[in-house]
Amino acid sequence: MTRLEVKKTYKLYIGGDFPRSESGRTFEVADAKGRFLANLAKASRKDARDAVVAARKASPGWAGRTPYNRGQILYRVAEVMEGRRDQFIAELQQSEGVTVAKARTYLDAAIDRWVWYAGWCDKIAQVVGGANPVAAPYFNHSTPEPSGVIAVVAPQGPILGLVSVVAPLIATGNTCVVIASQQFPVPAITLAECLATADLPGGVVNLLTGDHAEIAPWLASHMDVNGIDLTGVTDPELARSLEEGSAENLKRVRRPAAEDLLETPALDRMTQFLETKTVWHPIGI
Amino acid sequence: MTKFDYAPAPESRSIVDIKSSYGLFIDGEFVDGNGKSFKSISPSSEEVLAEISEASEGDVDRAVKAARRAYTRTWSRMSGRERGKYLFRIARIMQERSRELAVLESLDNGKPIRESRDVDVPLAAAHFFYYAGWADKLSYAGYGSDPKPLGVAGQVIPWNFPLLMLAWKIAPALACGNTVVLKPAETTPLTALLFAEICQQADLPPGVVNIITGAGDTGRALVTHGDVDKVAFTGSTDVGRMIAKSVAGTNKKVTLELGGKAANIVFDDAPVDQAVEGIVNGIFFNQGHVCCAGSRLLVQESVADEVLARLKRRMKTLRVGDPLDKNTDVGAINSAEQLAKIRELSDIGEAEGAGRWSPPCELPQNGFWFPPTIFTGVTQAHRIAREEIFGPVLSVLTFRTPKEAVEKANNTPFGLSAGVWTDKGSRILWMANELKAGVVWANTFNKFDPASPFGGYKESGYGREGGRHGLEGYLR
Amino acid sequence: MTTVVHKDNLDVAEVTRSESSLRRFLHGLPGVDQVGAEARVATLGTRSIKTTAKAYALDLAIRMVDLTTLEGSDTPGKVRALANKAMRPDPADPTCPQVAAVCVYPDLVAVAKETLGKSGVKVAAVATAFPSGRAAMDIKLADTKDAVEAGADEIDMVIDRGAFLAGHYLSVFEEIAQTREACGDAHLKVIFETGELQTYDNVRRASWLAMMAGAHFIKTSTGKVQPAATLPVTLVMLEAVRDWHEATGQMVGVKPAGGIRTSKDAIKYLVMVNEICGEDWLDPDWFRFGASTLLNEILMQRTKMQTGRYSGPDYFTLD
Repeated sequence: MTRLEVKKTYKLYIGGDFPRSESGRTFEVADAKGRFLANLAKASRKDARDAVVAARKASPGWAGRTPYNRGQILYRVAEVMEGRRDQFIAELQQSEGVTVAKARTYLDAAIDRWVWYAGWCDKIAQVVGGANPVAAPYFNHSTPEPSGVIAVVAPQGPILGLVSVVAPLIATGNTCVVIASQQFPVPAITLAECLATADLPGGVVNLLTGDHAEIAPWLASHMDVNGIDLTGVTDPELARSLEEGSAENLKRVRRPAAEDLLETPALDRMTQFLETKTVWHPIGI
Repeated sequence: MTKFDYAPAPESRSIVDIKSSYGLFIDGEFVDGNGKSFKSISPSSEEVLAEISEASEGDVDRAVKAARRAYTRTWSRMSGRERGKYLFRIARIMQERSRELAVLESLDNGKPIRESRDVDVPLAAAHFFYYAGWADKLSYAGYGSDPKPLGVAGQVIPWNFPLLMLAWKIAPALACGNTVVLKPAETTPLTALLFAEICQQADLPPGVVNIITGAGDTGRALVTHGDVDKVAFTGSTDVGRMIAKSVAGTNKKVTLELGGKAANIVFDDAPVDQAVEGIVNGIFFNQGHVCCAGSRLLVQESVADEVLARLKRRMKTLRVGDPLDKNTDVGAINSAEQLAKIRELSDIGEAEGAGRWSPPCELPQNGFWFPPTIFTGVTQAHRIAREEIFGPVLSVLTFRTPKEAVEKANNTPFGLSAGVWTDKGSRILWMANELKAGVVWANTFNKFDPASPFGGYKESGYGREGGRHGLEGYLR
Repeated sequence: MTTVVHKDNLDVAEVTRSESSLRRFLHGLPGVDQVGAEARVATLGTRSIKTTAKAYALDLAIRMVDLTTLEGSDTPGKVRALANKAMRPDPADPTCPQVAAVCVYPDLVAVAKETLGKSGVKVAAVATAFPSGRAAMDIKLADTKDAVEAGADEIDMVIDRGAFLAGHYLSVFEEIAQTREACGDAHLKVIFETGELQTYDNVRRASWLAMMAGAHFIKTSTGKVQPAATLPVTLVMLEAVRDWHEATGQMVGVKPAGGIRTSKDAIKYLVMVNEICGEDWLDPDWFRFGASTLLNEILMQRTKMQTGRYSGPDYFTLD
C-alpha cells in the first residue's frame, strides 16, 4: 500500500508567523497542467495592513543591525535554500511546467543572488556614500540609509523574480511587504519558510498571496509605507493608478520595466530605496 | 537714539538695468509670450519692477520643442569636455556680474543684500563651476560606464532662492547632457531672465536653456508636457504631490525637493553662543523662507530658560528693513500672499495658547513685513509645530532626554533637515543616525555647498541635488 | 553638563574653595565652537559703517587707545614724546580727542605721569614679570607695587600661562587676586596671552577665572606673541564679560592688544562690542585698544572724512 502524502497548508507570512488570511479566504492554485495544486490564503486589505504594521515594527531593529550581520543572515538564506534544492526544483516544475534543467538554472541563480546581495550589505555604503569636499572647514559625509517600509508587487518568476526584488531591499536595511506572484505563489511560501529559519527577524519580509489588483492599491495608498516596487504589475493602467496613489505621501516608486533576471543586477534595486543622509560638522580646536 | 547708530549703507541699484517688460527666453532669443502679462514687484516697497510675459500652453510647447531640437542636434552630441567649458563660462560670467545679480535678487525677492551677495550668488556660481567639472567625467560617477542624458528636463523652481535654485537645476542637467526648460516663480523671475542674458553672453547654443515665466498653469503645462523626459521641482509638498500624480504611468524621471519642519535640537552641553547663532541662522536666514529652516527649536528642558533668554537678547540685535542696506539682517516677506499665510498661522499659534514674542522693531510702511517671532510653550499638538510656516517664526518645544528629542524631531511627515547642538561627539553621531532627515547639521545650521548632496526623506521629496549624488536624477 | 551661571547660583567663594571645585566650574562652562565663533565674527565684519556712524566710531576708537611702548630700548625721552602724542593725537585739530592711556614698563611710569599731569590720560604699567610672567610671586607683587607707587593708574598683569595650561587654575586665581590687592586703587587688567592658550575654550575659562579673581579688565595679549589680538578671541572675551554682568551685575572691561593696525579693524571691534555686549561697553572705561601704530591710521581716516581727500603719513606725528 502506498503511503498517503501529508500535504502542506499554505499560509501567509506576517511578522515571522504563518497566519491564515484574517478573511478566511483561500484561492485555488493549479499546476502547469491545470490540475489542482493547493489552496492558498487569499490575503485581504487587513492582512496587508497587519503586514505593514509588522514591517514597521521590524524596521528600526533591522536597519540598526550591523551590515555585517545582515550579510550573514542573507548568506544564511542561501544556505537554507541550498538544503531545499529538491523541493524548490519540484515546485518550480510543478508550478511553471519548466524542465528540470531550467528550474535548476533559475534556482541556482536565485541562491547565488542571495550570496551576491549578502556581500553587498557591508559595501554599498562605501560605494554610494562618502566624504564630500566642501569649501569650508566642515566634516561633510553622506551615507545611505534605508527608506523604511517598502511594498513590493513581485514579478511572476516565482523564485528568481521574488529573490531579485526582495534581497536588495533587505540587504540595505529596508523591511518589506511583498505580494507574491499571483500565478505561481507556492514556491514563495517555501521561500518564506527558508527566511523564517535563516535567523531573519520576523517582520523584515512579509509575504502575502492573493490578488494583486485587490491588495496593491491598499499598500500604494498606505501612509506608513515609504516606497513601492511595481515590478510585478503587468497591467499599465494598474501601474499608473498605483503610482498615483503612492503620490499621497510621496512614496519612492519603482515602475515596472523589462529586465533579464538572469543577468548580474545593477545597483539600482538597492539605491532606489535608499535615502542619502548628509551630516555636517565643523572642524576646529 | 542709540550711541552707535549705523548710518544707512544702501547698495546702489544703479548697477542693474531692469527693462520695463520681459518676454520669454526660447531657443536663444527673447520672444513675446501669448499669455497675459503680469507684474513683478519689489516686496520691500511694492514698486513695480517689470512686466513679465506669461507663457501659454503653446509657448510651453514651443520651449519644449526648442529644447528637444537643441538636445537632438547639438547638446547630446557635444563632447562632455565642450559642454563643461560652456558651464565654466557661465560660472565665470556669473562671478563677473555677481553684484548685479545680487542687487537684482534682493530687489525682486526682498532678501537682504548681505545674503544675496555672500550666499545666493557665490553659491550659484560655484554650483556651475562644480558641475562643469563633471561634464566630461560622468563615466566615473558610479552610474555605469557610459551613462546617458535623459533628454529634455522641465524644471520648476520656487521664489525663496531664485538664482540659486536655478543653478541647482540647470547646472547638473546641462552637465549630464540634457537641455532644459525652466520656469522661475512668478514673484521672482528677474534673475532667471538675467541668467538668460548670461547664456547669450556665453554663446550657449540656442535651445539648451529656455526660461519661461508664468504661474501655476504654466508650470503644470511644463511638467505634464508629453515630450519632457525629466521633471525637477522645488517647492511646496502639495504641489509636489500633484506633480507625482501627474507623472504616474509615464517614463518621466522625477526629483522633488519639498517642504520641511526641521527640528533644531539644543542639548544642555551645547556650545551655547554658537547654538544661539545657529537657531537665529536656522530660522531668520532669508526671512525663514527656507525649506530646511530650523523652524522647531527643541531645547533640553534643563537649559530652556537660559537658551531662550540668550535667544531673545540676540534677536533684539537683528536689523529688519531695507533689503538693499548692507546692514540688514532680515528683509521683506516675498509676497502679500505669503505674508497672509504667516500671519494666519501665527494667529493660530497664539489662539492655541502658545506665547508669542518679537523684539521691538520698526517695520517699514510699504511692502510686506513680519517681525522675527518666537512662540514658546509649543507642543507637538500645536499646528505651528506641524505645519510649515515658511516665515521668520520659530516654535520652541522642550525635551528631557536624547531619545525624546529624536522621537519629537522625527514625529512629522517631513524629513528634510535637522540640527543638533552638543559637545559630546558620540551623541552627535547617535543623533545623526537616528534623525530621519536628508541633511543633519551638527553644531552648525543652514550650510550649503555644491559638493554636498541635499534632499529629503518622506514627504520632503526624493532625489538629491548637489554633489555626485545630484547627477543621478539627470542620467540613465 | 554645562554650568548655567545665574545671579542666584554663582558663589565665587564656593567655586574657588579648592582646585577641584574651580576646575569643575571652569570645565563646566559652555564650550566654544571655533568655526561657529569665527563665522559670527565674519558676519559682523560685513557691517558697513559709513558717514556719521564712521565718524562716531573713529573718535570713540581714539578715546579707547592705550598708546603703548614696551621696548627694551624705551627711554624717558621716548615716553615723554608718546605722552604728548596721547594728549594731542592730532596737533592740527583741537577737536581730536585724547587717547585713554599710555602704557609703559613700570620704571617709566613716573616719567609718563609727570608728562601727562592732569590731562586725564591715564598711565598704565605692565607688571608681574611682563611678558613671560615667569618669576617668583613676591617679585611679581613687588613689580606691581613699584608701578602703583610710581603713580600708575592701571596695571596690566600677565598670567602664568604655564600654570594655566598645567591645570593649576587655583594658583592662577591666587596670583590674580593677590595682584589685585597689590594694585590698591589702581585698576587691574589681566593679560591672558591668548596666542599661547590656543583654544577658545581656554580663553573663556581664563576670562571667568580672571573675573572671579577681581580683574577690572581682561586683555588678550602682550603684543610679544603671535597671534596677538584677534576678533574671535575678543568675541569670546566679550561674551564672557556680558555673561559675567548678567550673573553678577558687575561690568568688566575688555582690551584686545597687538595686531590691530587699521581703522577698519578697529571699527569691526566696535561693531562687535556694540552687538555682543551692547552700548554700555562703548566707552573707554570698558573697552580699550592696546596699540601703537593704530592711532595714526585712525587719524588719517578721520582727516579723510573731514577734508574729503586722502591724507598721508607725513601729516601725522611719529611718536
